[in-house]
Amino acid sequence: MEDGKVISIEGLKKHFPMGSGRFTALNGIDLAFGEGEFTGIIGPSGSGKTTLLNIIGTLDNPSEGRAVILGHSVSELTPAESASLRKTQLGFIFQTYNLFQVHTVYENVEFPLLLQGIANNRRRQMVLDALEWVGLTDKINSRPAQLSGGESQRVAIARAMVKRPAVVLADEPTANLDAANSHNILQTMEKLNRELKTTFLFATHDEKVIGYVRRKIWLADGMVARDELIEKN
Amino acid sequence: MLAFRLALRNLLGAGLRTWLNVIVLSFSFIIIIWTKGLLEGWDRQARNDMISWEVGGGQYWHSEYDPYDPFTLTDSHGQVPAGLEAGVTDGSLVPLLITQGSVYPRGMMHAVLIKGIPPQQKVIELPTAYLEAGEGDVCAIIGEAMAESTGLKEGDYVTVRWRDRNGTFDATEVKIAAVFKTTVPTVDVGQIWLPLDKLQEMMLMPGEATLLIRGPEAGPPPVADPWVFRDQDFLLSDIETIIKAKGSVGLIIWGILLMMAMLAVFDTQVLSIFRRQKEIGTYVALGMTKSQVVGLFTLEGAMNSVLAAIVGALYGIPLLLVQAVKGIKIPLSSSDFGIAMAERLYPVYSLWLIGGTVAIVLLVTTAVSYWPSRRIAKMSPTEALRGRVQ
Repeated sequence: MEDGKVISIEGLKKHFPMGSGRFTALNGIDLAFGEGEFTGIIGPSGSGKTTLLNIIGTLDNPSEGRAVILGHSVSELTPAESASLRKTQLGFIFQTYNLFQVHTVYENVEFPLLLQGIANNRRRQMVLDALEWVGLTDKINSRPAQLSGGESQRVAIARAMVKRPAVVLADEPTANLDAANSHNILQTMEKLNRELKTTFLFATHDEKVIGYVRRKIWLADGMVARDELIEKN
Repeated sequence: MLAFRLALRNLLGAGLRTWLNVIVLSFSFIIIIWTKGLLEGWDRQARNDMISWEVGGGQYWHSEYDPYDPFTLTDSHGQVPAGLEAGVTDGSLVPLLITQGSVYPRGMMHAVLIKGIPPQQKVIELPTAYLEAGEGDVCAIIGEAMAESTGLKEGDYVTVRWRDRNGTFDATEVKIAAVFKTTVPTVDVGQIWLPLDKLQEMMLMPGEATLLIRGPEAGPPPVADPWVFRDQDFLLSDIETIIKAKGSVGLIIWGILLMMAMLAVFDTQVLSIFRRQKEIGTYVALGMTKSQVVGLFTLEGAMNSVLAAIVGALYGIPLLLVQAVKGIKIPLSSSDFGIAMAERLYPVYSLWLIGGTVAIVLLVTTAVSYWPSRRIAKMSPTEALRGRVQ
């Protein structure tokens, strides 16, 4: 890792073809994130938040510049290597939860561990621990359709955290939740961040999220408009 | 193993959608096996009946004899070759004399083949013992199809007319001693059977025959030049051609059934890939490679046929077993169909048939599942996560 940073980004640009021309979603981003950060990437729709998160999550490649995640340059990773990085080191939380509807809560949380081939007994303990972190041990046999929005997002958090990733990327995690549930899941994530030293990056424009993060990075037109560190006790 | 586990979980979790596909596929399994088993049973029954009633262990034909050319009948007769006389004497060879003629039931003329056969023969199942029953009468036997077409019944007298070896027309009255029931139309339709010695006398052909039927258990056929030996394969080739033709029709039906089932699987796969875009994106985000996701979706599709084989076995095995034991009543008679067909057919289901059908359906389902799943490999995971892939 470069200078102890889990993520370092230099001169990052991302263009998408649009009609006969192209749309520039990211236009020269330079950022670095250390271990245990709890950071919000803030900006209106189209500012490039999700694109930045996708590149950090190795789901997309930069058009120009360099993004190094946990010591791996995103553009140099093979598909198998990037899949392996996502499988072991990166956790994702989505706005629409993206739970597997035909699986139970337990099976949803178990999924990343199945991919890693973790043994049955250890896997079970890890799943139960993750569900305990998010307070859903009483729902292990429920299916996503039987859960509220807040419960679904807590399952998604458990699924992202169960493998103890170094980085969790949360794209608008509270956008579909009411205020009470938003605070609840943000407190859960903040607690996990403190206890497990996991780096959390949020793409958001939700004031509730902004109120929790310790670093705020404003994006505008694909560029960093402001990068602010908040001192909290 | 992981892919299998996930595929099974996804399939069972999909509920009704999965079970509808599985039921349609299982119907295909059962109907394919059933129709093929029926044809196999029919083939076996037709071969056995043809051998028992007509073909025996092969036949020696007079060199001029051609069953497809009635004009050859005038010349296709002769003395039994010296090398075969012993067989005729000990009953292992049955001589048949065949000629053309007419019968006149109720004043109507019907062209017939008049066949002479020794009443005491035991080689074929024809009930020739009835030919001995007459007391002063010339006895004849006919099959049920012949009886139906001529209106004749047991005990009736009918005039038979023929031309003897000199070309002279002659006629006599014969008594229908018995009407026999057979599944082999080629010994029934348009034929009347008389005692061989009587027909030889009528035709002025003492000791002559058109062909000789060997017993099924006889050893290697002795050479009887210029008579020609026709083995079972030759004599059964017509029926095998007909059954193969019917088999081709069956193949088309199976193809249609299979296509319908595959269409259901294909449709489900295409719909799945479109509808489950976010799920596909999530699989990739959680660490699966695209090829693993393609494999998972292909396996899900293929497992439809595995589940169908299990479901099909649950209701199919008892159903097919009952039919194999009790048989299936056929509403048509053999004369309607033109080839040997029993009133009740017993399907034959070989392990090869069942295993082959399962393997073919499994392979085709896998191919049909893979085809639309390849699209996943071209998807951008970020677009898939947003559900924006068209």
